[in-house]
Amino acid sequence: MHTISQGRLAFLLLFFAGLALYPLIAGEYGVDFVTKIMIYAILALSLELLVGNVGLVCFGQAAFFGIGAYGAVLLSPQDASASWLWLLPACVAAAALYALFVGALSLRTKGVYFIMVTLAFAQMAYYVVHDTPLGGGTDGIYLYFKPGLDSAIDLSKPHTLYYFTLVFLVWTFVFLAILLRSHFGRALAGIKINEQRMLASGFYTYPYKLAAFITSGGIAGLAGFLFAVKDGFVNPEMMSWHLSGALLIMIILGGLGYLEGALIGAFAFIFLQEFFKSDAIFGSFAKHWQLGLGLTIIACVALLPKGLIGLPDWIHKRLYGEKRIITEKMS
Amino acid sequence: MTTATPDILLQGRDITQRWGGLVAINQVSIALERGTIHAVIGTNGAGKSTLINILSGEITPTAGKIELLGKDATRWSQPRRARHGLGRSYQRNTIFPDFTVFENCRLAAQAQVHRPWIWWNNAQKCKISVSSAESAITQAGLTEATDRPAGLLSHGQKRQLEIAMCLATRPEVLLLDEPLAGMGAEETERMLALLNNLKANHAILLVEHDMDAVFRIADKITVMVNGSVIASDTPDQIRSNADVQTAYLGAH
Repeated sequence: MHTISQGRLAFLLLFFAGLALYPLIAGEYGVDFVTKIMIYAILALSLELLVGNVGLVCFGQAAFFGIGAYGAVLLSPQDASASWLWLLPACVAAAALYALFVGALSLRTKGVYFIMVTLAFAQMAYYVVHDTPLGGGTDGIYLYFKPGLDSAIDLSKPHTLYYFTLVFLVWTFVFLAILLRSHFGRALAGIKINEQRMLASGFYTYPYKLAAFITSGGIAGLAGFLFAVKDGFVNPEMMSWHLSGALLIMIILGGLGYLEGALIGAFAFIFLQEFFKSDAIFGSFAKHWQLGLGLTIIACVALLPKGLIGLPDWIHKRLYGEKRIITEKMS
Repeated sequence: MTTATPDILLQGRDITQRWGGLVAINQVSIALERGTIHAVIGTNGAGKSTLINILSGEITPTAGKIELLGKDATRWSQPRRARHGLGRSYQRNTIFPDFTVFENCRLAAQAQVHRPWIWWNNAQKCKISVSSAESAITQAGLTEATDRPAGLLSHGQKRQLEIAMCLATRPEVLLLDEPLAGMGAEETERMLALLNNLKANHAILLVEHDMDAVFRIADKITVMVNGSVIASDTPDQIRSNADVQTAYLGAH
């Protein structure tokens, strides 16, 4: 049975409770910073669905994120605040639609070709916003009126947006956890390990993969919407391959194959980035932050093949010299 | 032994497969009947695996016709054939090593579930796939290993699981690609007993290199050489067939 171990459950409860309580002690900068990380965590979860659970290494996740974000800006009226009740689903749908298009074509390829084709489609979206009047060029475009719902849920208030984002982070996590233990999720797990066997058992694997791709794109669009609302501004960098690559690093750093891995990876990555960028700690060396970040990530991956999620195992092994298996898979 | 009215479940007629200039399979016809084990033997490269791949739908043949349970299945995809009663095993294990024996079979059985998009239900509580998996495990003699991760099984048990995963989809035709490969004497006996049991309700195609086993268990043997069938008959007839002796058995 798919039992979630007590350790993992305790970790998740503490993690989300910590996030819920954090604004009580944090200043405005902290609230904005953690909102940003939670958005990246949603985005990392969307990629984790594909890479960790179907074995599809998508190198173009930033495109869906960007479409959600540009959608939020372009669909909002110029002179008034839109209701997020329709704007958010519209952004998710726009990203999911592009995912349908990209997935329908790219899923006919495999392995490294799939990686390259998804990258190519993401670059295509990047240049559309970069080089056409639609996306406002390199400068991007501003969202003058942030969406709200009357005055009850006004997303221009940082605390409201923080909790709004947290709700969607929890929702995404729970949604994916339920999805992965369903027929659909189990079929994806089978496809990841041996697609040939799944075909021979009678599964039409292509629609399964396409549905996963669209779901993933839609969730990335949700993250994009949140990001546009947070910053009140979008630019083409949101669609660049740097972000797609950073997302892959996040989920590998956290631990592939586990939803918690995507959460941990997103937080660890952004914290490490801020740490190495800090002038207060590194002085003039801070401008070379990529070097420190890169070396740390290499060290993490080399020492912890399972990612940060394997850290408790690793510590236990060091302390007691024996192997303890807590990162259990479905059995 | 064939019955008075043979119950042909899978039939391939004049199947030809060309890879460029190479003729891998040349006008091969084969009929699989319920209640019989039909072995296909031949040296490496004779086209046995290609034949299985064509019958199971992994390869569309250059020419020829395939009928599954009386329907023309020549253009059917592999999943469609699987859903219409065709199960196949592979020469190399295709089990899911991280899953338990039970989950391996349950997942295979899940292919029959009609509404796989009901995403909020726990798959492991699905009655249809659970009961198919349980009966497949019992049939394959793996009851004691039900909860073990498949990767930890012995080689013989892995081969049994490979068959159990086929059975979980409730097939009528079984295409088995070297189920005895790499097995010890005891494991071979267990597998042969299993195949004998399955014979009653299934039409079985057996590709196998273990000649002793083939001649013991098969009701009918087809001999292939360079993509063509040179003989197709009962084991006794095949043994005394002069062509077969020169072309194949004599080589050993």
